[in-house]
Order: sequence, then C-alpha cells, then structure tokens
Amino acid sequence: MVFYIAGGDFSNAGKASSQIKKALKQLNVNAKSIKQIVVAVYEAEVNVAAHAWEGKVTALIGENDIQVIVSDRGPGIEDIQQAMQPGFSTASKEVREMGFGAGMGLSNIEKNTNEMNIESQVGEGTTLKFRCFYS
Amino acid sequence: MKVSDFVEKYNLKVFAGHQGLEKEIKGGYVSDLLSDVMGNAAEDEVWITLQTHQNVMAIASLKDLAAVVLVKGLEPDNDTLAHSEEEGIPLLGTGFTTFQMAGKLYIDLKL
Ligand SMILES: Nc1ncnc2c1ncn2[C@@H]1O[C@H](COP(=O)(O)OP(=O)(O)OP(=O)(O)O)[C@@H](O)[C@H]1O
Ligand SMILES: [Mg+2]
Repeated sequence: MVFYIAGGDFSNAGKASSQIKKALKQLNVNAKSIKQIVVAVYEAEVNVAAHAWEGKVTALIGENDIQVIVSDRGPGIEDIQQAMQPGFSTASKEVREMGFGAGMGLSNIEKNTNEMNIESQVGEGTTLKFRCFYS
Repeated sequence: MKVSDFVEKYNLKVFAGHQGLEKEIKGGYVSDLLSDVMGNAAEDEVWITLQTHQNVMAIASLKDLAAVVLVKGLEPDNDTLAHSEEEGIPLLGTGFTTFQMAGKLYIDLKL
C-alpha cells in the first residue's frame, strides 16, 4: 500500500494509518499490535505534514509483520539523536497551536515498534523505516 | 456509564456521531497535545480537549475512543463534524472548563 502526503496538509495525515488499520483488521491481526502500528504510522504521517515538503508512506503487510517506509523531500534532520529526545521539537507556532509539536512523535514510534531506523540528508529529506511483528 | 447517559447528565451538546452514543465509557483522557493522546489514551475513553480541528477525530477513530468533548463552548470545524459523523464517534460540547468536566466524569466513573 502506498500513500502520498503533502507538506502542510494535516487533513490528509491519518489516511494511511486508517487504511492500514482496516487492512490489518481484515487479516485478523491482534488488536494490541494493530493499536501499536497505528500509533507509529500516524506519527510518521504527521511528521511529513508538519516538517517536510512532501512524502510517501509505503506499507508492506506480511503474514507475521509489517514494514513501513516513510520517505520525504524536506529539510531533513540535522541531529537525529536530538530529534528522538522526548520534548525536542522544531514545530512552527501554527503547528503547535494545533496541538502538534510536543516532541513526542518519534518516541511514540520507537515505543510502539520492534525496529526503527532514520536516515536523513539535511536539505534533501528523511527516510524513516520501522517494523512491527504481530505479537 | 454509556456516552448517552453522560450526555444526558450534563446536558452536553451532540454535534455529530450519534451512532456511537450507546458505547460504554471506560475512562477519560485530558490533553490538548495530540501526540500525548496518541501515545497515552486508551480504547473507549472520553477525550476532553479544546482542540477543534479534524485531526482530533482522526485520532479518536484510530484510538477507538468512546467520544470527544470540546470544552468552554468551543465549536468544531466543519470537517471535524463530518469526520465524527463518518466514524460514528460522538463529538460533544460543553460550557464547562476541562477541569470541571474531567472532575465530574472522574467521579461518575468511580475510578
Ligand atoms: N520528516 C521529518 N523531516 C524533518 N524533520 C523532522 C521529521 N520528523 C521529525 N523531524 C524533527 O524531529 C523533531 C521531533 O519530532 P517528533 O515527531 O518527536 O516531535 P514533533 O513532530 O515536533 O511533535 P509531535 O510529534 O509531538 O507533534 C521535529 O520537531 C523535527 O525537528
Ligand atoms: Mg511529530
């Protein structure tokens, strides 16, 4: 499954997680795993809308696990370790007013996935990959 | 306590999502930070907030929340209404502040 997200478009953020949730339900994946996967996908989608120019979510749904790749064109992340710290955020004032920008997204992703990896080129973009095994 | 009992008891406004009024409330969560709700709210909880845009309903749906309450007389955006209706998750309104609403619900649920 592939989903496109435009930077700044918060109304579309949530589409990928919603569709993935439906697909996993149909496959009878256990409810706890679905919940965790949905949190991770949503946070990744919102990060594209909040921080990047455009991006796409690719989900590879397997029998025992799901792999998700979120790649964007955008400003990139200078210091990934710092970005991962709960509370660190560079979100704009407008984005914060919507209630985003608590700096909790990446740590939510980490907590809810089995494997997570971020690669980023400043000025070009970011690729986030994660994997969840259905428990 | 069902969402409909909660609505009746506090004379809450039902903006949309009537379909979900018979759901049982298991708890509540209070936050205006969306990632906080995403990370910490649980299924069948009522989310009390002052955020009125449609991402609120996206989160309510993804997290299978029982209902959302907008406080202090705030009105939802149009697409928030539409999303609530689509998902069948009640979007409620009250004149109470977050503190007041959460306090009442907390006592009702005997948590
Ligand atoms: N795709 C991305 N492109 C560029 N920067 C990013 C991207 N994702 C995250 N970041 C950077 O990492 C920081 C932390 O991200 P994180 O998701 O944890 O918090 P946030 O998005 O700022 O707030 P929240 O997720 O709580 O709404 C962001 O503020 C931003 O600086
Ligand atoms: Mg984020």
